[in-house]
Amino acid sequence: MKRLPILVLLLWLCAMFYIGIFLFVGGFLLVRLEVNRTSTCGDVLLPGGQQGDFCQGQPRFRKAVVLIIDALKIDFARFDPANKEPRPFENKLPVLEEVTSSKPSHARLFPFRADPPTTTMQRIKGFTTGSLPTFIDVGNNFASSAILEDNLVHQLAEVGKRVVFMGDDTWESLFPKKFHRSLPFPSFNVKDLHTVDNGILQHLYNIMVSDDWDVLVAHFLGVDHCGHRFGPDHPAMADKLTQMDGVIRSVLDRLQNDTLLVVMGDHGMTDTGDHGGESQKETDAAIFLYSPSPLFPASPSQSDPEMVPQTDLVPTLALLLGIPIPYSSVGQVLLPLFPADSQTGGAPAGLSQTEALWINAKQVNRFLETYSSMAKDIPPESLSQLQADFSRLSSKYLSTVKEGRSPTPELVASLQEYLTSVRDTCRATWAHFNPAKMAAGIAVLACACVLCYVLSEMSSVLVRESGLLRVPLVAATVVGVCVAASQLFTQGYAEGSWCLAAAALSSEVLVLWRARRARKTTAAEGGEVAPRRGWLTLPRFLLTPPLLVLLLRCASLLSDSYVIAEGRVVTFLLFSLSLYVPFHLNWDGLLLPPVHDPLKPAGLLPSPVLSPLAVRRESSTFLACLGVLVGSLYLSLFFHGCREEQGSCQPSPFLSPLSRVQDSRLKNLHYILSLASLGAWTYLLRRWLRHYGNLNSPGGTVFTARWILPLLSVCLGLHWAVAATPEDSFRNLAELISLGQRALPRVAFSLLGVGLALLWLDPLTVFIKSRAATPVRGPVSLPPPRYRASTGISTQAELHHLIPQLYQRMRRSLEDGEPARVPEGGDRPAVEAYGLGTVYSAPVVLLCGLLGLGLLLLHPEGMSLSFLLLLLEMGALLQIHASSTTLKALQGAHSGGFSVPWTPVVLWSLAATQFFHATGHLPTFPSIQWAAAFVGFPSGHTGTILPASLVTLNTFSSHILFAVACPLLLFWPLVCEVRGGRGGRGGGGEEGEDNAIMEMRLRESPQQFSSALLQLATRYLFINGAQVFASVCAAAILRRHLMVWKVFAPKLMFEASGFLVSSVFVLVGVTLVMRVDVAVGRWFKRLLPDTSG
Amino acid sequence: MWDQEIRQMASSHAIMASGVFMATVVPAVLVPGFSVYGTHLLWLYSVAGAVAVVNITLFWLLGVSSPTKKHTITYKVSRLVRSCLYLLLSCLFFHTVVILYGAPLLETALETFSLAVLLTSLTTLRCVCVLGPNVQAWIRVFSRHGAMSVWDTSLQMVVGCSVVGAWLGAFPIPLDWDRPWQVWPVSCSLGAVIGYLTGLVAAPAWIHWHRKHLTYKIK
Repeated sequence: MKRLPILVLLLWLCAMFYIGIFLFVGGFLLVRLEVNRTSTCGDVLLPGGQQGDFCQGQPRFRKAVVLIIDALKIDFARFDPANKEPRPFENKLPVLEEVTSSKPSHARLFPFRADPPTTTMQRIKGFTTGSLPTFIDVGNNFASSAILEDNLVHQLAEVGKRVVFMGDDTWESLFPKKFHRSLPFPSFNVKDLHTVDNGILQHLYNIMVSDDWDVLVAHFLGVDHCGHRFGPDHPAMADKLTQMDGVIRSVLDRLQNDTLLVVMGDHGMTDTGDHGGESQKETDAAIFLYSPSPLFPASPSQSDPEMVPQTDLVPTLALLLGIPIPYSSVGQVLLPLFPADSQTGGAPAGLSQTEALWINAKQVNRFLETYSSMAKDIPPESLSQLQADFSRLSSKYLSTVKEGRSPTPELVASLQEYLTSVRDTCRATWAHFNPAKMAAGIAVLACACVLCYVLSEMSSVLVRESGLLRVPLVAATVVGVCVAASQLFTQGYAEGSWCLAAAALSSEVLVLWRARRARKTTAAEGGEVAPRRGWLTLPRFLLTPPLLVLLLRCASLLSDSYVIAEGRVVTFLLFSLSLYVPFHLNWDGLLLPPVHDPLKPAGLLPSPVLSPLAVRRESSTFLACLGVLVGSLYLSLFFHGCREEQGSCQPSPFLSPLSRVQDSRLKNLHYILSLASLGAWTYLLRRWLRHYGNLNSPGGTVFTARWILPLLSVCLGLHWAVAATPEDSFRNLAELISLGQRALPRVAFSLLGVGLALLWLDPLTVFIKSRAATPVRGPVSLPPPRYRASTGISTQAELHHLIPQLYQRMRRSLEDGEPARVPEGGDRPAVEAYGLGTVYSAPVVLLCGLLGLGLLLLHPEGMSLSFLLLLLEMGALLQIHASSTTLKALQGAHSGGFSVPWTPVVLWSLAATQFFHATGHLPTFPSIQWAAAFVGFPSGHTGTILPASLVTLNTFSSHILFAVACPLLLFWPLVCEVRGGRGGRGGGGEEGEDNAIMEMRLRESPQQFSSALLQLATRYLFINGAQVFASVCAAAILRRHLMVWKVFAPKLMFEASGFLVSSVFVLVGVTLVMRVDVAVGRWFKRLLPDTSG
Repeated sequence: MWDQEIRQMASSHAIMASGVFMATVVPAVLVPGFSVYGTHLLWLYSVAGAVAVVNITLFWLLGVSSPTKKHTITYKVSRLVRSCLYLLLSCLFFHTVVILYGAPLLETALETFSLAVLLTSLTTLRCVCVLGPNVQAWIRVFSRHGAMSVWDTSLQMVVGCSVVGAWLGAFPIPLDWDRPWQVWPVSCSLGAVIGYLTGLVAAPAWIHWHRKHLTYKIK
């Protein structure tokens, strides 16, 4: 068989998917490192040289009221008296206009531009930290949503200001325990317009009148929810805005002189009421600033900004309230709020414009230095430019201050310019989708999917083709280098991702073209008409039920409701497809033995070899397996976790680790259940291996199966016992327990490692017994035994799956043409090989079993039940596939060849997703089981690679198991073949012998074996790849959706990583099969000279 | 030669469809406060009852069912008892399948069972009427060469459409639209009835279209 070409082809396919995912994710996910440093009062020193605490000074304002009206678009806040027929959202906040026009030096209204992503959580982060939050802020708070970056709330609390919060409960999770007083209200239900607002209004005025606060934050959600539910152009929006108008009026009435009022929206909304993206309608909110004491220069001047970026609120508020600017803020103070330098004498307290700008610039520069030392994503040339700017400005400013001159307007302008360019640089790095990259990623992924499909359909042709990849790879390199060179030439630097994209696409297109040509030539050789149907009837081809189910699955990834209910949706689809299998068989008339029609002339049909008994037995096996499958599908629903979006959902009790169960009887029961299923797992695997005679030889694999597998499960059981021991009950054994907690999992890991190594080094499980050596006993050896070990040799009665005379057959086929030298007689040397029939599948099964135990170690104990279900379902799926193949073969409907049809592969892949959910995982970040990182390392890690890989293994365990076991789909019908042979035992001896060779059929036609293996792997990759493609499309199309950062983006991440893990382990499985093939080849070579002499 | 049979089938299907229609309209007139969503179970049972009555009457009048060999009273009674037993079993079967598909086990048992009754009246009842109480024959009829007459073909189509309709009806349930027809089991039973009506229309049309290619073995 061809090994290397297949592996290379598969690797290349996987690489195409990886490149596609990489490109898309690079354009879609905005990543930024969090800087976990905080500013302190000592940092902010004025240049005058006076030492002291910045926070001790007299701030401009002692108090502030911040009213956040979620989704307060600038259009809502403007008032146009000329508009006689206002739409529901227009002219509903007249108070803002009244105040700004009647008291121009007290109030101002600005457009307030948010940075994408315009979702509430990211925005709150944005206008409290002054930074540009991205989807993934890489920090050490990955598990919780609390903000650890320096922020306004933290700084306010540091200087002892009492922050009172009320409204959207997102704040409570972002700033846990930071508020002096907090009144959160549930924000999740988008349909609920009033709970949050009315909750705030119950308390707002009372608190304002009382004196128990310094900063009051109230976050109203009604407008946003109204937009989501009805859209802006709806009477409900008018009511809501009018209510807000009233709120602002009442708050204005209660303000004191030293209080600043900020009314602002966190983002805007589109015409349909959604937000999340970066269109101007979504980003342009409103900000309204007011103070009972004069705040602005008397009339709006030229220097007033047209638009206020959202980040600018943070430094402005910080300096007005007399606290340090948060460390990672990249905002710029709002100059109109600070007195110009010429009037400093007039202002009693507070900073002048230049002073504020200087503090601001120093803070931004410090952040930039820290950030660039941590991360390299800011382009170095712009970084050095900015630093040069800053040093020039600082020397200029310092010299001005030293000389006691008042700063020139140019200096103010260039300080502003510096701050603006820093923010723009950061924004270019962090806050923009890159549509071109996203499109390129989608194109590469789509091509890869098409390629996978084409390769799987044409695997038999392509296996014969040699050097399929040579030209495309060369072309890819050339194209990549060309793109790099042209980029260097035109822009001065080359961007790696574009070179990759160009290379990947060109090689894909070339392979497609070559595949097409290869098909034409084979068709021409075969004398057929050049087949055009493949391309024309593709849609019809795709609509077979298994692919239809796949299509539905992919379509379900485009809806947030279906993604939320994914576990049940996949189970539903899996159940539907598995019910389809018997219906399809019955439709083809294969499920029941055909009725013998006495009227029908006997010679009409070429009556295939079938006995009704065999068909009936096979059908009942089939139905029994279907029952097992359906049962495990249903039971697996009890192991699901819950997303926060699923309201009335209880997570499975098996998901909590035993140590948390209080009731000791329940604890024991759980432990016993887990142990029982662990035992069942081990027993079933060993039972299977023993049944097929794989436990006889003295090799490494057999050692693994005999000793390491049980030892591993004993380790696991002990580990659970130790981990579940309550800490206080065995005080004197505490050290022993902690030793056990550390040592037992490590022992298990090393056992696993040893087992895997042995499995790789010596994968054969064949035991040869040369019958020539034993004295021939007449009645036993004549006629030569077929499957049963003669009693004289075998010590174990169950070892009946040996393959006698195989050697004879193999030799005959090897020396073909030559007449068999050994006469057919009693004294010929017969070789009996135990376990040769399952030589390929036994190592795969064993690998799967070992890995399963290893992965189970990383899960809570209760999951062992779910793992047992997984094993049962795997077995049932395999058996269903085998039975339906046998049923087809029995009635002569089987096409021949080893090719695995779509249905079982789709079932297999769906089952992987199903058990992802049934092992308590969910495609959300909070549901990652972090405890897995501490199995065997209870005191934590020093590095990040080990815990990350442990958590990955835990999260994708079902993907891993199903991917590794994927080649079994190819082997299982052959393994089960013997059953048919037994059914037809009454038939001729030739048939019996045929049936007995099981997986040796694969060796007899290596070409077909390679093509079937390639086909199976590409089909599996196609199914997984199509799901990745669908979730990529979902993320791209729905990037403005309300749920994009909550549902689609995490789903994309999980789907992509799941694909990564699955593809790697498919490759591992295929490689293992090839390793076995090499070993079998050697074994035959060794055997040949050995016995022919 | 089939023209007559097809016409017969088309008219009987029209009667069945109008039965479903009447079962929706008549209670709406007679029962105050009746609506398909609001008093769903009432609608469901009225449709199921109407379908059952119309089916039994029509097939009895048409005499489609395979002629009984014996005419003794006991034989007929035993057939009747077996039919009822099979119908009951079919209800339980559908109930189990629907639960396996993911319906709640206990909370909505009544609704689930009502859906099972509806599905039985749409599918199994027709099998009983056309093929008699013979499970083997039912299984055999759903194979490529299993149809022995025009009525068997129509049976295949009507049953298939009803089941697929109920299956499709489950699709909108997880969506967060909060519509009254997303409540369990409204969408599924609506889907089943719509599928059934589609099958009633499609079967004669399809047979008429393919009448040249249809060949049936002699009974």
